[in-house]
Amino acid sequence: MLAHVWFWIAGLTFAVYAMLDGFDLGVGLLQPLVAKNPKERQLLSASIGPVWDGNEVWLLAAGGTLVFAFPKLYALGLSGLYLPVTILLWLLAFRALGIEMRHHIEHPLWEEIWSVAFAGASLLIALFLSVALGNLVRGVSIDESGRFFSALWTNFMVGESTGILDWYTILVGVLGVLALARHGALWLAHRTSGAPTERARSLAEKLGWAVLVFGGGVTLATAYVQPAMLANLKERPWGVVFPVIAVGTLVYSQVLVRQKKWKRAFQLSMAFIVGAIGNAMFGVFPNVLPARIAERSLSAAAAATNEAGLGMGFIWWIPGMLLATGYFVHTYRRLPKHISIEDLDH
Amino acid sequence: MDSLGFHRFHFGFTIAFHYIFPQLTMGLGMLIAVMRWMAAFSKNAETRESADRAATFWAKIFAVNFAIGVITGIPMEFQFGTNWSRFSEKTGGVIGHTLAMEGIFAFFLESSFLYLLLNGKKHFKPRGHFVAALMVMIGSWLSGYFIIVTNAWMQHPIGHDVDANGVFHVKELATFLSNEWALVQYAHTMMGSVVTASFVMASIGAFYLLSKKHEECARLFVKLGVIAGLVSSVAMAMPTGDLHSKLVAANQPVTFAAMEGHYRTEDGAGMAIIGQPNLEKLTLDNLIVVPKVLSFMTYQRWNARIRGLEEFPKEEWPDNPALLYYAYHAMVGLGTLFIALMSGSSFLLFRKKLFTARYALWPLMLALPFPYIANTAGWMTAELGRQPWLVHGLMRTEHGSSDQVSSGNVIFSLLGFMGLDALLAILFFFLIVRIIAKGPVDAKPTPKDSPRVEPETA
Repeated sequence: MLAHVWFWIAGLTFAVYAMLDGFDLGVGLLQPLVAKNPKERQLLSASIGPVWDGNEVWLLAAGGTLVFAFPKLYALGLSGLYLPVTILLWLLAFRALGIEMRHHIEHPLWEEIWSVAFAGASLLIALFLSVALGNLVRGVSIDESGRFFSALWTNFMVGESTGILDWYTILVGVLGVLALARHGALWLAHRTSGAPTERARSLAEKLGWAVLVFGGGVTLATAYVQPAMLANLKERPWGVVFPVIAVGTLVYSQVLVRQKKWKRAFQLSMAFIVGAIGNAMFGVFPNVLPARIAERSLSAAAAATNEAGLGMGFIWWIPGMLLATGYFVHTYRRLPKHISIEDLDH
Repeated sequence: MDSLGFHRFHFGFTIAFHYIFPQLTMGLGMLIAVMRWMAAFSKNAETRESADRAATFWAKIFAVNFAIGVITGIPMEFQFGTNWSRFSEKTGGVIGHTLAMEGIFAFFLESSFLYLLLNGKKHFKPRGHFVAALMVMIGSWLSGYFIIVTNAWMQHPIGHDVDANGVFHVKELATFLSNEWALVQYAHTMMGSVVTASFVMASIGAFYLLSKKHEECARLFVKLGVIAGLVSSVAMAMPTGDLHSKLVAANQPVTFAAMEGHYRTEDGAGMAIIGQPNLEKLTLDNLIVVPKVLSFMTYQRWNARIRGLEEFPKEEWPDNPALLYYAYHAMVGLGTLFIALMSGSSFLLFRKKLFTARYALWPLMLALPFPYIANTAGWMTAELGRQPWLVHGLMRTEHGSSDQVSSGNVIFSLLGFMGLDALLAILFFFLIVRIIAKGPVDAKPTPKDSPRVEPETA
């Protein structure tokens, strides 16, 4: 069934977004911890400068894929999550301003304010996107008419009429921030050299332990909050591949961190993020928007456009993605393997 | 205002502000590609060198516009879902194709090559730099095409089918993508973008010439701006504008009557040039009209019958006929003045008098805001004219908004976007004024004329 094929394509697009924009969000939110002066902050932005914008385009590509393949999900999801989506859009604006404006004028206060905007918005975006993922897994309060409108928070408990933020989604949010912080630290660890690199390297290891501990906690909490996830695993045992990938790559990447093999550790961190998102997608499958009251959930089949339309999508999606992949390979190949603080003056 | 009114104002406000930026970057992308071509392939070494400095200067202006265009554009894609959920639920299977294609074909291309265009000197020889400029231009023009196809489907829906639940699906992708309306609207819109870019370029060039700064680059700005400005201003009217209004007359006769201010059915209808709509009495006050021209322009017959607004049921009227009329007339009036201004400037350019003719440089410099007004008025004509429909003839606007989002929440996000856009506007002016004040890098003085060069003042 094509709706299920597009479910995994959309999921993969989001996973690629998380794995790519994830490291520049991570670099942003780590900035106050690893960069102590304008020069060091410049090193951070130089390392992501040529790629962050392209990385963010994956979010738009994923959003566009949803509009065409699952119009009903796009419509219900975005209007139901009106407030967090709006706030997320503002944060994306401030983050882009932070990166773009900083280098326009050489004045310490100007640099400082946009650095704060960049770091603060990066942190909140990482948090909000992870909270959104938590909402997806936990399910939203769809009413009899099949619609919903989520408040930002109600009483922070996971109930029938829960808000965006409750103890479970906050937990997922913190896990997301930790995982992306680690991802960003590993990017800096193998792409830069200087004082921030050393700080990032020592943080990467600590963050790895934190992700392992928090990840375990979130897994237990998920089993409690969304029992359908375990039931799903029983019904479709092949899904076990996702948690295996996630746990395996995370542990192995932590081993590589301890051996100071930064580049390989970063690559495994990418695989970990893809595995973790795949895990969440699998938990939801074959729904695209689970409801707190299970029978109101929106299934992939019900959310999708017709088979003919889904088939036509391949006509442009396949060549388009081949081109996009080509640009990315080209851009990342051109990227200097290594930037040091001394390079910045040239 | 009810919740629907706020949803409409929300979209109208954010899209109108957004389009200030891409309307420059699409046209400017082309002009920068032309300069990079000159910098790479001109036979004259001096031209190569000055085109390189000119392109570097405009790339800075491009970058600021592009960045703010992206920042204000990302929310647009999401507003279809947040504010117009019933519309996207029903039509996502059609317009989702083009919205996704924009991301995949245009944004990836632009984001990959923009950095290389801006920092190309470090990476490339002039030829590679030209390719980067060309890629960025292609990306932005593709982006425009997918958005226009989306809009054209709402104006003139073809290539889809409707199922029992009233949900639209693409039936023939090729028909949908090559909608006749889209082709005409695209040509018209892109020419509008080139008008803005060339007027801005000529205006900044005129400013430098009048203030006797950066004169070498300024002459290139004025020359390129005036030539591209003439070609695009003429193309705005003939053939693109003409074809577009014929499409409107044929497919949206109510809109046509309202935008022309043509209220009573007439054989041999005249064209209203000036006048204020009086919708209570269905007439134009203080009317200046050119007899029979509207019939001739539309049907090539002086006495052709044109149906007036009175002939159509009121629930099919655009809901703001007076604003629609003003928007359309502002666009056409300004467009006519643009042709006159650029014809006169081209004549002086051809006679090699333009660069010193202060009486001609002043109007060129002061013309800067007007293409922005004309482009915005053009889009207001298209979108007010589409009312009361979201999808013309098939889905009314009041059936498309997110009805579960209360007006209080819409006002919340609207106020937020207004604040954000105000901040962006301030930053934009601040940065652009700085770039213009600094100006392009001047040619290095050769030993021969160095005594005449004034010392640089900081």
